[in-house]
Amino acid sequence: MIEVKDLVKQYGNHLAVNHLSFTVEKGQIYGFLGPNGAGKSTTMNIMTGYLGATSGEVLIQGVNILEEPEKAKKSIGYLPEIPPLYTDMTVYEYLMFVAELKKIPKKEREHSVEKVIAMIKLEEVSHRLIKNLSKGYKQRVGLAQAIIGFPEIIILDEPMVGLDPKQIIEMRDLIKQLAKEHTIILSSHILSEVSAICDHIMIISHGELVASDTPDNLERLMSGQSVLQVTIKGNENKVISTLEEIEGIDKITTLPELEQGFVELQITAKDDKDIRENIFYQCANNQLPIYNMQYNKVTLEDVFLELTQCEKEKKELDVVEELEHTREEENEGRIETKDRNKENKEDRIQEHNNENREEDINESNI
Amino acid sequence: MKAIYKREVASYFNTVIGFVFIAILVGFIGIYFLAYNLAGGYPYFSYSLGSVLFIFMLAIPILTMRSFSDERKSKTDQLLLTAPVGISSIVLGKYLAMITVFAIPVCISILCPIIIEFKGDGFLLVDMATIFAFFLLGSVYIAIGMFISSLTESQIISAVGTFGILLLLYLWPNLIEFLPATASMNMIGILCIITIVVCIIYAITKNWVVSVGLEVVCVLTLVITYFVNQDIFEHRLSLIFSNISFIDTFESFAYNQIFDIDGIIYYLSIIGLFIYLTIQSIQKRRWS
Repeated sequence: MIEVKDLVKQYGNHLAVNHLSFTVEKGQIYGFLGPNGAGKSTTMNIMTGYLGATSGEVLIQGVNILEEPEKAKKSIGYLPEIPPLYTDMTVYEYLMFVAELKKIPKKEREHSVEKVIAMIKLEEVSHRLIKNLSKGYKQRVGLAQAIIGFPEIIILDEPMVGLDPKQIIEMRDLIKQLAKEHTIILSSHILSEVSAICDHIMIISHGELVASDTPDNLERLMSGQSVLQVTIKGNENKVISTLEEIEGIDKITTLPELEQGFVELQITAKDDKDIRENIFYQCANNQLPIYNMQYNKVTLEDVFLELTQCEKEKKELDVVEELEHTREEENEGRIETKDRNKENKEDRIQEHNNENREEDINESNI
Repeated sequence: MKAIYKREVASYFNTVIGFVFIAILVGFIGIYFLAYNLAGGYPYFSYSLGSVLFIFMLAIPILTMRSFSDERKSKTDQLLLTAPVGISSIVLGKYLAMITVFAIPVCISILCPIIIEFKGDGFLLVDMATIFAFFLLGSVYIAIGMFISSLTESQIISAVGTFGILLLLYLWPNLIEFLPATASMNMIGILCIITIVVCIIYAITKNWVVSVGLEVVCVLTLVITYFVNQDIFEHRLSLIFSNISFIDTFESFAYNQIFDIDGIIYYLSIIGLFIYLTIQSIQKRRWS
């Protein structure tokens, strides 16, 4: 469907995209994930023919977008980071203009625009001027513009920015609905968003692809050993000496004391064994009350942070190799963990959204 | 191209810009028509048009400033450049839309010679030809303004830049008179121009050998020509620069009553050149 080969984009001395290669298969939702400035938008801009590449090529259904742009662009709908809206037009006029621009035959134009308006639920505002619409509606008009004429490939650059929680859910459903017949690529720096809807995640950092896999595989890749976090009331030395008697403990790390008289510990078990029961009985026998005991699961967020930190550039390469390796190794034995991860993930979605929206607001203020 | 053309024309009238532009032109043409023809009783409308040329400096930047700068600023160029249309259709669509808006006051001004004709003996053919030349000259300026607009993201810079260039073109015939007449000074002037051109070539190609080689060849040719035949250099600079003057053609229509075919071809080629440069400037931005 889409093939990106060895793509490089250089702005002066700054390397925005660094030898990026990947393929996109039909009928899936792909997520581009990366911190701000990682090269997501630049890559998308090159894929849609807005920018030229320094070297490398992009094939859209076998057509090179840099050589035959008009042919290749026909099969792409693009929603850029800032929706490209002519604010002096009404929604309907604007969509009719886009339909004409995309060379939809005159007879079908009206029908096509009305279908999109109904799909994105823009009926209420279709005769209002775009400049008077709220941010959420503007974003939706931008999406409408991208899907008009129903191109095979739909590319969305940060489609959820500026939407309220209800609209985010609606947008997510809409994208899922579109994915039945279209290939969708979306970018985001919001993890929950990507993990909630994408079939495949590509993590980009400093213009390079650092990981590319399904959300579940990515989480599994990083989980390695599970860490048990325990809060116990009592004297630190006594607690540690008691716990050390338990068989199967690999490592105990003490965390900074939060409350007087309590000890915070991180415990790793040998061979990833479940030692919660052992700890409970051992502490109970020694009159050491346990206030809290939980597994710190690795979330996509950790994967993301781990993969995108600058100092770990060398490690990133290792991770990609490791990923290839583990993907084959990991199989049935992990199903249970996977489900738990999923629950955990969904709980956190709302939380993430709130946090991230705040971040967005801060960024835009700056 | 049709979609962009229709949208652009509509957008000039959705905002006040189209109306302001038409009002300024019609207003000033009307004032000069009133003063020269109606009150002064002069039978040529072409003279009034000739005097009103300065208004291009104010009106054209208003029309052209937003054509590409605004698209870039509001990122709507992403829609146009990712749609299955070529850059040339985008540029042509926009240019034709501006020409259409400009054609409205020009058409209104056709009324003036007709009024003169009703009131007495007019020179309808001369006046019509002059209106045509006026339209072409305006179209040349619009092409220049559009090119400047494609260079910058800021409408203000685009407007001020266009104003500056149009002012320079307006004063051009007078400025040329200040150029030196003597052969030696002319040769030095030509040397300076060649050096600037070579510097630009170097900046584009980054090739020392070609640039220095070109400079040496040109300097040698100049010096040898100078010693063989000094007379060639007298008034050379003014002769070269007077070719750039756009107003000359219009003046031969308006004041000398000549239908200047060469001049029309010159105008059309300048329009073509600036449309081409606009396309190139947008292309270049995609690649840099």
